[in-house]
Amino acid sequence: MNYLIEILGPLLAGTAVTLQVFLLTLLLAAPLGLALALLRVSHFRVASGIVNGYIWLMRGTPLMLQMLFIYFALPFVPLIGVRLPDFPAAIVAFVLNYAAYFAEIFRAGIQSIERGQYEAARVLGLGYGQTMRRIVLPQVIKRILPPMSNETITLVKDTSLIYVLAMNDLLRAARGIVQRDFTTMPFVVAAAFYLIMTLVLTWGFNYLERRHAVYDE
Amino acid sequence: MRFMTSDAAGEVPVILARDICKRFAALQVLKSVSLSIDKGDVVAVIGPSGSGKSTLLRCLNHLETVDSGEVVIEGETLVSTDVAGVCHYAAEAELRRICRKMGMVFQQFNLFPHLSVLQNIIEAPITVKGLSRAEAVPQAEELLRKVGLLDKRDSYPARLSGGQKQRVAIARALAMQPDIMLFDEPTSALDPELTGEVLRSMRQLADERMTMLVVTHEMAFAREVSTRVVFMDDGEIVETGSPDEVFVCPQHPRTRAFLEHML
Repeated sequence: MNYLIEILGPLLAGTAVTLQVFLLTLLLAAPLGLALALLRVSHFRVASGIVNGYIWLMRGTPLMLQMLFIYFALPFVPLIGVRLPDFPAAIVAFVLNYAAYFAEIFRAGIQSIERGQYEAARVLGLGYGQTMRRIVLPQVIKRILPPMSNETITLVKDTSLIYVLAMNDLLRAARGIVQRDFTTMPFVVAAAFYLIMTLVLTWGFNYLERRHAVYDE
Repeated sequence: MRFMTSDAAGEVPVILARDICKRFAALQVLKSVSLSIDKGDVVAVIGPSGSGKSTLLRCLNHLETVDSGEVVIEGETLVSTDVAGVCHYAAEAELRRICRKMGMVFQQFNLFPHLSVLQNIIEAPITVKGLSRAEAVPQAEELLRKVGLLDKRDSYPARLSGGQKQRVAIARALAMQPDIMLFDEPTSALDPELTGEVLRSMRQLADERMTMLVVTHEMAFAREVSTRVVFMDDGEIVETGSPDEVFVCPQHPRTRAFLEHML
């Protein structure tokens, strides 16, 4: 029991790092994903094509590779080359990567809204922006909650990838103690922490789904 | 646009469509259709499925673009075609302004499912016309009272029957105070016992001298409420006349065949 309390400190510190990466990524990637999705479904062929290529690139290469690239290779890229410290580098990689996945979820949601909704909005005189903001997107949110919940839970666990930049997230903290003390106890505690985080998320999404269910039956 | 010299016909037609042609890929849906509707007219468009009735309606308020022809709404040109056969639509802002003169009711209702009945009705007056909530709500309640659904103001559309949904859709269209109402098969998606309540609201509207263009399979409604009946078949207007002319002594064999089949 004493041992448990002793390892709790470093594990909680690791959890704080994990949560920071998670929350920042979610807050930044969701709006970026929405913007990408709106470009993707727009009639601007060029923008739509570029977004398509971007999504292919981001989904087609490992997140870890993207993170390593931004941290180690970006400084040597001409013109845009900057050297980012480890935490910002990780956030940039996560946001760029997750925005691509979110964009696809938003796109599917937007395209699932019936044509009649657009037509009804149009004959009432709403413009494209008004139709999106007032009619389409509020309905999209309800429909994308289940896939968003999936993706968000994946994100919690993906944060463990930041160990490659030598950052002490929950999993790396646990592994450090395991290697030091030759006990697997920290792994069990870490697993419990991940489960608690995903449980809170699951509850949160269930609550949102219930709240959005008021208008269908 | 009321300053045209008054000729024999008096005012400008509310809707003037000339030589409308429209094709979907290889299918010629409208073959040079012309139609003129005066203020207060209630025009029923009847005809077999696929005859182009709905497409004609949708060309009038720009839900479909025409391939050629002319549409003039209350003297304002929505689209015209020059001598070379090139189609010219009005600028986007102008298009929206002209189309706002026309309310539309759809076969599938197309209510906004995430908004309550009241919110469905006040959405456009607030967002498009810039009305305050305090102005929009009493007006919406008045319209709901008119279609007999004031008690449903806070319900969501999913809780309503088809007939109730369609009456809300009518109220929603009326909230924008259109000069013309277009109805695209408003009762076709309804169970037979629910069509009556919708038709009653439409009849009430006709009694108030609203200009209406109604695509319908309800022959009784066409016969009793409309001032004029248009029979379409295969992308053309085959016959047009008063309800008595068309229903009692149809001139064209295709009209006769259709009516025999329907009645």
